This record gives sequence, structure tokens and C-alpha cells, in this order.
Amino acid sequence: MTADATTPTLRRRRIGRRRLLSRALLYVVATLLALFILAPIYFIFVSAITPPEIALTEYPRQLVPREVSLDTIIFFLNAAGVLDSFWRSVWVGLITLVLALLIGAPAGYALARYAFRGKSAYRLAVVSTRAFPIVILAIPLAVTYIRLGIDDTIIGVALMHTALALPFTILITSSVFVSVPRELEEAAQTLGCHPLQAFLRISLPLALPGLAAAAIFTWVISWNDVFAASILTFTEPTLPARILSALTQSRVTFQFAAGFIMLIPSIVVIFFIRRYLLGLWGRVVK
Amino acid sequence: MTTGRLGWAPYALLIPSLVFLALFFLWPMIGAFGLALQDTDGTWSLASIERMLADQNFGNALRTTVLLVVLVLPIQLFLAMSMALIVNARLKGSGLWLYVYALPLGISELAAAIVWLSIFRQTGWLNSVLQTIGIIDRPIIWQSQENMWVLILLVVIAEAWRATSIIMIILVAGLQSIPPEYMEAAEVYGAGTWQKVRRVILPMLRPALQVALILRTILAFQVFATVIALAGTGQVVALAQEARRWAVNLNNDNVAAAYAGLILILSIVSTLLFLWLLPTREEQQV
Repeated sequence: MTADATTPTLRRRRIGRRRLLSRALLYVVATLLALFILAPIYFIFVSAITPPEIALTEYPRQLVPREVSLDTIIFFLNAAGVLDSFWRSVWVGLITLVLALLIGAPAGYALARYAFRGKSAYRLAVVSTRAFPIVILAIPLAVTYIRLGIDDTIIGVALMHTALALPFTILITSSVFVSVPRELEEAAQTLGCHPLQAFLRISLPLALPGLAAAAIFTWVISWNDVFAASILTFTEPTLPARILSALTQSRVTFQFAAGFIMLIPSIVVIFFIRRYLLGLWGRVVK
Repeated sequence: MTTGRLGWAPYALLIPSLVFLALFFLWPMIGAFGLALQDTDGTWSLASIERMLADQNFGNALRTTVLLVVLVLPIQLFLAMSMALIVNARLKGSGLWLYVYALPLGISELAAAIVWLSIFRQTGWLNSVLQTIGIIDRPIIWQSQENMWVLILLVVIAEAWRATSIIMIILVAGLQSIPPEYMEAAEVYGAGTWQKVRRVILPMLRPALQVALILRTILAFQVFATVIALAGTGQVVALAQEARRWAVNLNNDNVAAAYAGLILILSIVSTLLFLWLLPTREEQQV
């Protein structure tokens, strides 16, 4: 009787201990994987905030910098053409953002709100363009751009970037509009609002934070592109195109600062779109 | 629904994006094949393709790119699966784990390349850490042109860091779509963790795995900045890198387009391969 009563509790305790152990192991693995992701980011951060004379000579490098300065970053920003390229990249990104939202958000809205024939075909087309090799787009476009006279221009690169970003913009805005309750819009319509008015006064304000996240992500897609920009610009390169062409000849400190400056927006953007990450990439799977 | 009153509305909302995607995806794709099938003087011939095949870098580029895909994919799949299971295990601060693992999603190839360059260079972080803890007594030259396999390994590590997040996100979304009852049932019948992964999670995750593998493989065929930064321009070169070299340095868009066409064909072939190797349930019925 007593034996029967204690055995299950013992077993439960043993299972409990085993579960605790596997839980602890899970935390260890989780932390190791997180370190794998975070350590390189920390390394480039330390490299960029170390004064150039130390960064160039010190070996082995110290994980905790002995001296901190912005000289490396200032040196990079003052290097010939870098500031120009920096602002060009910012502008290309902004034009891309506006174009992609103007063209993509209505499509995202249609996907979220309407049932219509050809919807799944359209969605499939958008999803597959997302995986399309940039290489095959950039090279013929470079030829077309020369013919149109928009080679080596901000607008030319921005158009290419809009094409790269558009599938993402459509998918994010669609998941943003899905999360805004349709009932509110319908209620406004039964109360006498025109559909457009209902959209502008009800759905749009509610969707704004999500649309802002979509906009930031669109901007970063443009900011990150190296391949297309390095094919489409020659004398007026974007920041990544300039860094790439200077990569092998530049000083190490130039590279450190360049890597760091390019990295900052990427890290910030993931924070802003973290709620949409799963919808952005995962929604493909039904 | 609203379909009755405004049946044309969704189509009107989609048209701008369709026009844009046709102009910037369909048209350049046709243009790329046109360019690849022309000689530099514009006459139709296979001369550009023959030039690509005869180029001394062609074999190296094809070998490196395919090797990278084959080597990095299993590593990424393993890492991404571990990360996805961890995120799904709802540890404390599960949102934070997802954020950290998703960070590289926003990081550009060039930025990632520079980050890993700061680690692998002779006086970089890897040697510094190894020397500080006493494993080596003088810096090792990792980026030596003499050892192809080490160079490829460096690129594989950098790529695993940069591009695992995308697989992780797709797998997390896939995991979340598994009904909790399935896992509970497995638990009731006494399945251990490994059995649950093998018998429930992996089969249910098949569509997500398929999408992740296809997307990641297509993106892997476009690798170029990490190869340029870490392996230089010796025997370890990538196909996209060669496409860029022909377009930018050698001013020959035709051979560049031939490379681009090859990348597209490789992408399509690998997609078909995965569809055939990992049929999802609907495809099995057909």
C-alpha cells in the first residue's frame, strides 16, 4: 500500500528532475546559439569604436576595448566620396520606400480584404518573385537604363530597388491590413461612409504603425542591396557599392567603420518589424 | 462580402503592382536570355555562352558555388531547426530569443562579409581569442590562397551566420501551425523528445521545410560579397561574382547575362529537385 503510493511520486519526481535537466540544457544551447549570432556583431562594434592607431597595431585584440573613440568612424565618413554615397543611399531608400508603398500597399489591401478570382495565382506570383535572382534582373536593366538615359542615377537604382522590395511590401502590408478588423470598416459603410472614406478614416489610421514598419523594412532592403547598385552605378555609387569597390584596397579601419555603419539600420529594423517577421516569411506555408 | 458592389476594386488595386512586376521581373528575365544568346555586336549566336564556358574562372565559379550550397545547407538546416525548436519551447523571454536569432535577417551580405573579415583576418578576432586563451602562439593565416577548403569553410561559416534566420523564421511559423493536440497525443502515448521530433514535428513540418530549402538554395546561388571579401579573387570565386566582373570590369553584358541565366537555371533545377524530393501531401495525391 505504502509502496504503491510512493512509487508514482518517486517516478514523478524523477521525471520532474529529468525535465528540469533537459530544460537547463535547452537554455545552454539557446545561449550558445545566441552567442554565435551576437559575438560577431560585438566584434565589429568594438573594432569600429577603437581608435585607429590601436585597431591597426594591437594584437591580440582586447575583447573589452582599453580606449574608446569615434575617430575610426569619423575617418570613414570623411573618406573621399563616402558622405556623398551615404546620403545617396538614404535618398535611394526613401524613393524606394515611397514607390513601393504607393504600388504595394493597395495590392496588400486587396489581398487582405477581398475574395476574388486569381487571388492565389497572384499571391504565388508575388511569393516567387521574392526568390528571384537579382543577378538576372540587374544586368539587362543596366543595358535598358543606358538606352533610357537613367543609368548611374538615383531614380534608376530606386526603381530597381522598388522591384526588389515590392514583394515584401505587398506581403507585409497585407498582413497589416488583415490585423485591422474588417467589421469596423463595414460598420462605417453601413453608417453611410463611402468605401474610400471608410478606409481613409477607419482602417488607415489603425494600420499606420504596421505600415510604418513595412516602410522601414522597404528602406532597409534598398540600403542593403550591393549587387544591383554596383551594376547600375559607376561614378555616383550608393554606399554599399562604394564600399564594395574599395573593399580590397581600403584600410582595415575603413572596413571596420563601413561594416558597422551598414549594420546599424539592419539591427534597428528587425526590432521594428519583429511582430511581422512570421507573417513575412512564414505565411507561405498554409 | 464587398465583392458584389465593388467586384472590380481588387483588380484595380492590383494593377499597378502587376505592371511594375512585369516591367521589372518578366521583361529583364526575357532580356537576360536575349543578351546571353547574342554576341557583343548584337548578332544572335552562342558565342557569349561559349566564352563563358571557356573562361578560366568558369569551372572554379561553378564548383565553388555548388560546393557552398551543398555544404552550407545542411548546417543551416540543423542550426535553424535548433533555433526554431528553442523559440517554440517558450523559454523565458521567448520573444527575445526570436529577435536575436532573427537579427541577421536584416543584415546585408556585404556587412556580414566585413564582419567576418574582421574575425578571420590575420590579426583578427579569431586569432586574438585563440591566442589569448593559449591555443595558438602566433596568428594563423586563415585566408591563404593555398588552401581552397579553408577558404570555402570561412565562407560557409559566414553564410551560416548571415542566412540561417530566414530558414528559422519559416520553421517557427511551420511549428506554430502544428495543432497542440498532436503533441499532447504523442505525450500521452509516452513519446520522448526525440520521438516527438521524428514522428510528429518533422512530418508535419514538411511543407515548411520544402519552402525553406527552396528559398535558401535560390538565395545561396546568388552569393558573392562574402566570397569576394573572405576568399578574394583566386580559385574560390562565385558565379554571381563572375557575372558582376564581366558586367562591371570587362564591360561585357552578354557574358554577364549568360552567367545570370545559368544562375536562374540552377535555381529552377534545384527548386524542382526539392519539390520532387520532399513532396507535400497534396502533391503526393496528384
